[in-house]
Amino acid sequence: MKIRYCMATLASAALLAAAPAQAQGNKLKVGFMLPYTGTYAALGIAIENGFRLYVDEQGGKLGGREIEYVKVDDESDPSKATDNVNKLIKRDEVDVLVGTVHSGVAIAMARAARQSNTLMINPNGGAGAITGALCAPNVFRSSFSNWQPAYAMGEVAAKRGHKTAMTITWKYAAGEESVNGFREAFEKNGGKVIKDLTVPFPNVEFQALLTEIAAAKPDAVYTFFAGGGAVKFVKDYAAAGLKDAVPLYGAGFLTDGTLDAQGDAAQGLLTTLHYADGLNTPRDNAFRLAYAKTFKLQPDVYAVQGYDAAQMLAVGLKAVNGDVSKKAEIAAAIRSATIDSPRGKFTVSKAHNPVQDIYLRKVVGKENKVEGIAIKALADPARGCKM
Amino acid sequence: MDLATFLIQCLNAVQYGLLLFLVASGLTLIFGIMGVINLAHGSFYMIGAYMAYALAPAVEQHLGGGFFATLAVGVALSVALGYLLEWLFFSYLYEREHLQQVLMTYGLILVFEELRSLIVGNDVHGVAMPEWLSGTVPLGEVMTYPVYRLFISAVCVAVALAMWLVLARTRLGMRIRAGATNREMVRAMGVDIRLLYRIVFAIGVALAALAGMIAAPVSSVYPNMGGQVLIICFVVVVIGGIGSIKGALVAALLVGFVDTFGKVLFPSLAGLSVYLLMAAMLLWKPEGLFRAG
Repeated sequence: MKIRYCMATLASAALLAAAPAQAQGNKLKVGFMLPYTGTYAALGIAIENGFRLYVDEQGGKLGGREIEYVKVDDESDPSKATDNVNKLIKRDEVDVLVGTVHSGVAIAMARAARQSNTLMINPNGGAGAITGALCAPNVFRSSFSNWQPAYAMGEVAAKRGHKTAMTITWKYAAGEESVNGFREAFEKNGGKVIKDLTVPFPNVEFQALLTEIAAAKPDAVYTFFAGGGAVKFVKDYAAAGLKDAVPLYGAGFLTDGTLDAQGDAAQGLLTTLHYADGLNTPRDNAFRLAYAKTFKLQPDVYAVQGYDAAQMLAVGLKAVNGDVSKKAEIAAAIRSATIDSPRGKFTVSKAHNPVQDIYLRKVVGKENKVEGIAIKALADPARGCKM
Repeated sequence: MDLATFLIQCLNAVQYGLLLFLVASGLTLIFGIMGVINLAHGSFYMIGAYMAYALAPAVEQHLGGGFFATLAVGVALSVALGYLLEWLFFSYLYEREHLQQVLMTYGLILVFEELRSLIVGNDVHGVAMPEWLSGTVPLGEVMTYPVYRLFISAVCVAVALAMWLVLARTRLGMRIRAGATNREMVRAMGVDIRLLYRIVFAIGVALAALAGMIAAPVSSVYPNMGGQVLIICFVVVVIGGIGSIKGALVAALLVGFVDTFGKVLFPSLAGLSVYLLMAAMLLWKPEGLFRAG
């Protein structure tokens, strides 16, 4: 009994001694919760690279504090998301969470961040809820909401004179949010969506639906697919003879990172996104050069989103001299800032989502060339956000 | 829906159904004859698809190429794989309970997925179809139908016919059927039952792998593709009657139709329609359409 008591005292003493030592280190702990394995691994790496690039450009310090990184593979698995994020929050006691790609995982992260009041910046997952119903003073997004590119494309399609459209996507949250955004703008501008077609995620057997589109002959088709599904859909759409008969429009993920595999089938496709190839602004050119030099890789939209996550964090930390406990001041600073992003300058909405230009892009060769700006400074409606 | 659309959708449904049959027949063959619930069956489909992607360049280089050469090499490899797996793992499962079979074959799924990740990574790949099969035939005014899908249907019909001939008309088929009914008696008659099982298992694996190979150009090649096909195949097997090849054929076509027309007519229920069909079937005929045997 006595020994046990002594041990406990010693252990507490050791803990007490350790605690100030940690504080003296005064490094800011950034917890990356990103996909490092699986289908999205390349995206996770691009985001981390982008983030590190900005931090390195600032001499390794944000808000006067040196940055220390902790990493957890999110496995793109929503069922493991809460456990994984708690590793960072409770075990590693990170000051800031950065993640993630998969919307479902990002939502679980946002919940955990709200509950523990941990600062979080989401560098990709476009789920509306994150800056909608789940919005919080300590949760930010550096990417987009699914609604944004879709809404812009709805307006573009209507203004190009199309009266009827069909939509086709996976039956999951991101697809539905995207299709709803398209419909909202398309119908507001005088068009009519005649039918929404869906396939279960991540099924890629589209033949029956393509037959249906060919039979119904709408003026246009809007689609949301990404990755392998996007490759398959674009090729099948062309193979079914629809490419020349019914114009295909999509959110930018249809042709981002997939053009190599899509080849000829993708040529000329119009998509909308908050980034594009050939922006040819000094800011973007400098970013692309620095990124390519540092990582021997070409940057993409994910790298930009990681880079801007670091920029947003820098703005917030600067306002509080690196004291992450001051959430309200950090939020106020980020909301009033203009982020000088490679994608073009943007501000952050009250719900903490970028208010940004959405580009109209056209596939030319292996690039998503910018055709123009579909909508300037488009803000997400942030439905359900009470902040 | 006009007549032309309806007919093309029927073709789509038949093609999908036949492909499902090709996978499900191996599953039900192995269950019906050896009594093994093989959750790893979907992995053989995935392995087939990845072979179509990974073998083609090697076959081209060493054997002068050709789509059919790749198919032949792939089938040969999958027969060998089936033979090996039966010898190493499945031969220990026949006398075990279903729970143990499920646990081990689930373990095999994890092993196969991990190996796939190590060998070819986690990317999605497209597979080119042979030039001479990549055209379309016109049907109706505006619609066309891809030749390759007709080819898939033709292969599946040919395999189904061959399977029926072997099972119903040959000495091997007779022994297989007898072995399904009474293993000990067949052994007592002097038949090498272990070899027989090994052959059946290898054929089952080859059927799934062949389905994966011919489906690769239309379905892409991606991680976890085996898991999805496995679930649908279990639906087929349950509807058809566990262990019945004829049941698998009828059920696969039924699932093909319900899935295809469900997607088009009730898109908001896409993906659910097949399971509703299964639930209805279980209420109406819990033993499935056809009893095994």
